Amino acid sequence: MPDMANVGKNTPRREGPEKLTGRALYLDDHAVPGCWHGVTVRSSVPHGRIKAIRFDPGFPWGECAIVTAKDIPGKNLVTLIETDQPLLADGLVRHREEPIVLIAHPDRATAYAAAKRVTIDYEPLPAAFTIADSLAVRAKIFKDDNVFKSYLVQKGDLEKGFALADVVVEGEYSVPAQEQAYIENNAIAAWEEDGVMVVTGSLQCPYYVVKALKVLLGRDEKHVRVIQTVTGGGFGGKEEYPSMIAGHAALLTLKCGHPVKIVYDRHEDMAATTKRHPAIVRQKVGLKKDGTLVAQDIEVLMDGGAYATLSSVVLSRGTLHAAGAYECPNVRIRSKVVATNTPPNGAFRGFGAPQTLFAAELHWEKISDALGIDSLALKRKNLFKIGSVTSTGQILRESVGAAECLEIAVKRSNYAAKRKEYDRWNKNPKNPTWRGIGLSVCHHGAGFTGSGEVYLASRAGVALTKDGRLFVLAASTEIGQGTNTMFAQVAADALGMPFDWFTVETPDTHKVPDSGPTVASRTTMVVGGLVQRAALELKCALEAEHGRVPKTSADLKKAAAALCGELPARRFEVEYEKPPEVVWDDATYKGDAYGAYSYAAFVADLEIDKTTFEVRVRKVTTAQDIGKAIHPLFAEGQIIGGSTQGLGWALLEEPVYKDGVMINSQLTNYVIPTSLDTPPFDVTVVEKPYSRGPFGAKGVGELPMDVPGPAVAAAVKHATGKLIPTLPVTPERIAEALK
Amino acid sequence: MIALTVNGKKKSYRGAPFARLIDVLREAFRLTGTKEGCGEGECGACTVLLDGEPVNSCLIPVCQAAGRKVETVESLGTPEKLSKLQQGFLDCAGAQCGICTPGMLMSAHAHLKKCGGKADDASVRTALAGNLCRCTGYQHIVDSVLSAARKTAKRGKKA
Repeated sequence: MPDMANVGKNTPRREGPEKLTGRALYLDDHAVPGCWHGVTVRSSVPHGRIKAIRFDPGFPWGECAIVTAKDIPGKNLVTLIETDQPLLADGLVRHREEPIVLIAHPDRATAYAAAKRVTIDYEPLPAAFTIADSLAVRAKIFKDDNVFKSYLVQKGDLEKGFALADVVVEGEYSVPAQEQAYIENNAIAAWEEDGVMVVTGSLQCPYYVVKALKVLLGRDEKHVRVIQTVTGGGFGGKEEYPSMIAGHAALLTLKCGHPVKIVYDRHEDMAATTKRHPAIVRQKVGLKKDGTLVAQDIEVLMDGGAYATLSSVVLSRGTLHAAGAYECPNVRIRSKVVATNTPPNGAFRGFGAPQTLFAAELHWEKISDALGIDSLALKRKNLFKIGSVTSTGQILRESVGAAECLEIAVKRSNYAAKRKEYDRWNKNPKNPTWRGIGLSVCHHGAGFTGSGEVYLASRAGVALTKDGRLFVLAASTEIGQGTNTMFAQVAADALGMPFDWFTVETPDTHKVPDSGPTVASRTTMVVGGLVQRAALELKCALEAEHGRVPKTSADLKKAAAALCGELPARRFEVEYEKPPEVVWDDATYKGDAYGAYSYAAFVADLEIDKTTFEVRVRKVTTAQDIGKAIHPLFAEGQIIGGSTQGLGWALLEEPVYKDGVMINSQLTNYVIPTSLDTPPFDVTVVEKPYSRGPFGAKGVGELPMDVPGPAVAAAVKHATGKLIPTLPVTPERIAEALK
Repeated sequence: MIALTVNGKKKSYRGAPFARLIDVLREAFRLTGTKEGCGEGECGACTVLLDGEPVNSCLIPVCQAAGRKVETVESLGTPEKLSKLQQGFLDCAGAQCGICTPGMLMSAHAHLKKCGGKADDASVRTALAGNLCRCTGYQHIVDSVLSAARKTAKRGKKA
């Protein structure tokens, strides 16, 4: 075993003291001398041709910088996966709030006033707002059929499977969009410095922004530099949209010759930027009388909004998790993500999996009624274990903590006894509430889907400077989850050195290598693994060239001199290497979809007021297998925080759209959980180490988002006897179900 | 001219009397610890104390603070010498992304000043109900505040 002086310890957060004293500088806290303020004029129709852009002649336009599509020096594209999304609409708008004109002014209030003096005339076109509209091609948005992407997963023989079934249970489930609701709105600044476009701001993926700016500006990587500022939350919401804002800021700074800041207000951020994909999932499941799964036929439909953004990969993850954490010999999963005339949906913690897992998990309650067997017994019978084969034919060889998580959550929540106790409580008409307890158990693949990690070919490094300072070099961003602290812990233990010796370099694309995006629960497992390997390379060099690994700072200085010689620093960089046992075929969607899965079981204990139908979650008990908690307190923070977002989605949060635009784009009417809405959590971290993860670690970021929805809906079913297949489970939906 | 006391220092502001207090603090006085999350008094990221009471500084015109005492996160501790409350947040992982933290600290600070060592889970949750956090799920924040309350209580007994 490696020496672990830091890994597994609750080291104080690296940037904690700055954050706690108000000294951490988020984008809008930076005083940018001479900076102008950028604002965006957006479309007011969901689909239409731009006939004219008119500027009020009574306004002093000479003081402003104005940018439209024709000012773009390179390609008018937000480069990501497809090439369908323009940076500024040119001739055609495909959704409300689509950017058309950019304005900058030295005074922020004047910039906002200017935006109101621009009028855009449209020729309206038919619009498609729902998945059904889109499939019927009520409006043509993407190619001929509006389908951004579809997948087919097949295992065994579906027909034979259903023929073997004693019972077949069908159900349809639907989930809404969800707003990431980071507390810091999107914010980016840009300026030119010696022919280099410098962009800085609140973002998750610096190299995504570089890639987009290169195409937009027609420049190479040397002439584009992206630096992350302290970032006030991401949750996927700052994965791809910052590329759009960065492009806007870059064009404005080129136009006016001054630095430009674009800081969204809450309304703009909520109305215009990406959300979780709404989805409809149809489950048809065949079982033997004893509850053994024999066939699963699953159909997934997601609403991608007007442009493809990350929809194909969101759908991929949703598809790969759609059968749940259960083994079934015969499976078919068909999935599609379609275009609608609504602002594009994109990344949000869980990335398609919470949508399909909600259906997969809640469907067990329906199966339970059909078979007359408790859902817990059914889950125990079919749950993944070592040797199980997934829907893509992946054999789970190691690190499968599903059953252990389930048993811990069941025991610690007193699930069986509570079920009986609440049955008695609910029979008494004098009680003012109904009580229910429900559980879910889910898996979540860590890292990029399928061959994604191979294509990314991520790099990370460790550097030793001539004067004896140590740096961790990675493009992974600290967005609250603890990256700064965790990377230093991993590097320190790999080298057997003190934590304090390591500085984690700011993600600056002119200083750090491309470690891939900060998404997909990959920072610890994948990039943390690269940091560990890079640190071990430095260790080898120290042993070879200095004769030992320094234990004192004086010796570190000597070692630095020996290793660096005349060089300012020595860099040890490594690239992702695919483990040989991970085999995936993109063409057939067969094989090892992910290197490893994390597992979670979640028990929601709640009561419902019989008069108001308000749901109060009294307690949450959860156990989550994440391989190894590098920092147990931060891991617990991810679990509680992610689960709370899941509880919000389950009970409170629902973007309401009218004519293709979110009408509750405020924190006043888009309600997220407060301290009073959030129950006490009982968290157990289960550690089934993954041999390819650093110190055994798997992913933790997204998993907690998967479990609350189905557990809450199952508990509501226990309390009321009604299965509500739609989130959020609002008082209105409960009232409707009880009618 | 509007005269007010900010973090114990006398300050004067010459500008629009209906400028939002948050803008005056951040832009005129360069105290950027106070954050804007929603601009409509929902999220609490901009919470400061006005004569000791927590308020949303995005809803307060600066003229309303004339002659009064404003306290912001900058009044608590420094990175080198954190206050007990800030230390509680560091020990119990009460801050993740950190953007809600200054407002959260000010609401918690006001609460602890009122009830000190008597703070409990329910009272802290009520005191912080106007401060939204999207990262933590609140439990570690509540733990942080209670940890500071316990230290305050201990010191109180000794004294």
